[in-house]
Amino acid sequence: MGDPMRIRAQAAGSNATVRVLMAHEMETGQRKDAAGKTIPAWHITNVSATHNGKPVLSAEWGPAVAKNPFLQFTVKGAKAGDKIAVSWKDNKGDTRTDEATVT
Amino acid sequence: MTQHRVLLAALLTACATGTVWAQKSTAEGIAEYRAMLADGNPSDLFEAKGEGLWQQKRGPKNASLEQCDLGKGPGVVKGAFVELPRYFADTQRVQDMESRLLTCMETLQGFNAAEIARTPFGRAEQVNMTALAAFVSAGSRGMKFNLPNNTVQEKTMYEVGKRVFFARSGTHDFSCASCHAEDNKRIRLQDLPNLTKNPGAGNGFGAWPAYRVSNGQMWGMQLRLNDCYRQQRFPYPLFGSDATIALGLYLGVNGKGGESIAPAIKR
Amino acid sequence: MHHTLRVLAPLFFLLLTSCASGPTSADLDKLAASIIKSSFRSEGPVGMDRLLQDDTNRECSAADVAGKPIDEKIAQAIEQANMKVMVWPSDGRFIGDWREGERIAQSGRGLTWTDDAAQANGGNCYNCHQIDKKEVSFGTIGPSLYNYGKLRGVTDPTSAAAKPIVEYTWGKIWNAKAYNACSNMPRVGHSGILTEAQVRHVVGLLLDPKSPVNE
Repeated sequence: MGDPMRIRAQAAGSNATVRVLMAHEMETGQRKDAAGKTIPAWHITNVSATHNGKPVLSAEWGPAVAKNPFLQFTVKGAKAGDKIAVSWKDNKGDTRTDEATVT
Repeated sequence: MTQHRVLLAALLTACATGTVWAQKSTAEGIAEYRAMLADGNPSDLFEAKGEGLWQQKRGPKNASLEQCDLGKGPGVVKGAFVELPRYFADTQRVQDMESRLLTCMETLQGFNAAEIARTPFGRAEQVNMTALAAFVSAGSRGMKFNLPNNTVQEKTMYEVGKRVFFARSGTHDFSCASCHAEDNKRIRLQDLPNLTKNPGAGNGFGAWPAYRVSNGQMWGMQLRLNDCYRQQRFPYPLFGSDATIALGLYLGVNGKGGESIAPAIKR
Repeated sequence: MHHTLRVLAPLFFLLLTSCASGPTSADLDKLAASIIKSSFRSEGPVGMDRLLQDDTNRECSAADVAGKPIDEKIAQAIEQANMKVMVWPSDGRFIGDWREGERIAQSGRGLTWTDDAAQANGGNCYNCHQIDKKEVSFGTIGPSLYNYGKLRGVTDPTSAAAKPIVEYTWGKIWNAKAYNACSNMPRVGHSGILTEAQVRHVVGLLLDPKSPVNE
């Protein structure tokens, strides 16, 4: 399991703005080390989010996404007290899920 | 006549606005970029990691750092960063945040401080040290620098720090002052804070630890000074050495009243 | 850490006993020098000899610490001492290829502990100076050098009329302290940052009428 994400979910009108910071190296697989050897790809491939258990977002990511990715999205109809969960999976099969409450 | 005047005024306004629009300066562009970066500062990730490490029982003594005295009493994190470096009676040294964390890791948790000091940045326990530094600095976010600087040791080290700051040597005759002792200077496009007084000293000192977007790394003040010295063509400054602590004290005292924004985000 | 304590404890004690009058500036200079020496180590090709200060650096650092401009007489002595070791081009040619000069001015390589000692050094010029107007990424630690030759009326750098300017330009780059004792500018030739050939190209960048600097 990777390092924890930071999730902030704030109610804004009838929706909630969710901001997520994920801790991940996001190695593209195109870089070479000092010896000339290619550094293997290691990056998030799938992201999903749920609102009170219901899926609201799913994404497929590739090597173009930068290190320690920042993701922001709006959830319709989310209000204070609701639970937002964000999950990611990477190309090595590692996964991580973190949860936050809408304030 | 009036019609001409109105037309002329309109033309001039249009031209003026046009010029302003076309000439968003390089500095403005960079400021916009930095504002965009600030939302979603990866420093938060290191702060969270550091908080976990502060509470976790680790090391040969299997103890947490929750009794670590950073200058305001055992376990007090809030406000500690803006009073460092300061004198500690138990070690009889003036210490900065990172060397003090090292002391606690040794005395409370049983780690080998000398070994961690020798470990290159970004490896092994140095990774944890960086996260802890981010966490401790976050405990003073928004607070103003107020180093006590009231013991003979601190006052002496301030004078030492000043001399270190102005010491020119190496192949390029550089001292810290070569870049950091004047207002409104920049190296390439990077603005240089004047570290001899506020606002530069407070801004410069209060911005580290910081996440550097350009290399995706979290840097504490020890690493920031290390890389300065590398670029000055100096030899390698030892981690937690007295010269680096004296410099931190010099900057912190010069920055009295300045606001800490650490852990921050940098280009 | 223990080692530092051993070195410093007696020095601190010395300072504490002179507490009636407080440590003198000379005491503090000594303490600082000792602390600097024990706070660094060599790394790669960079050795502890980089911490040694010659007269120029020692005097100028002391003036900075005192917060006062350096004494006139000392400044003159420093300038004369640096001029005495000035090295002029061995073949008498001052002007090189401005295209090479631009490359050298752009490069900041060399002499750090992460630099490959086998690679050519750069002059680091754009870190502090504006030079070619096309380059927007320039520093302001030193004055702008845009139109350097043009502003000084140099139309033919090989002419007798241009000789004083040409020599001054070479000299400033080779050893800036020969003209301004406590200049912030590195002694680019004197300290072995750039070779004679490289300095020649940089002079070309500044003085060749065909150089973009003088357009």
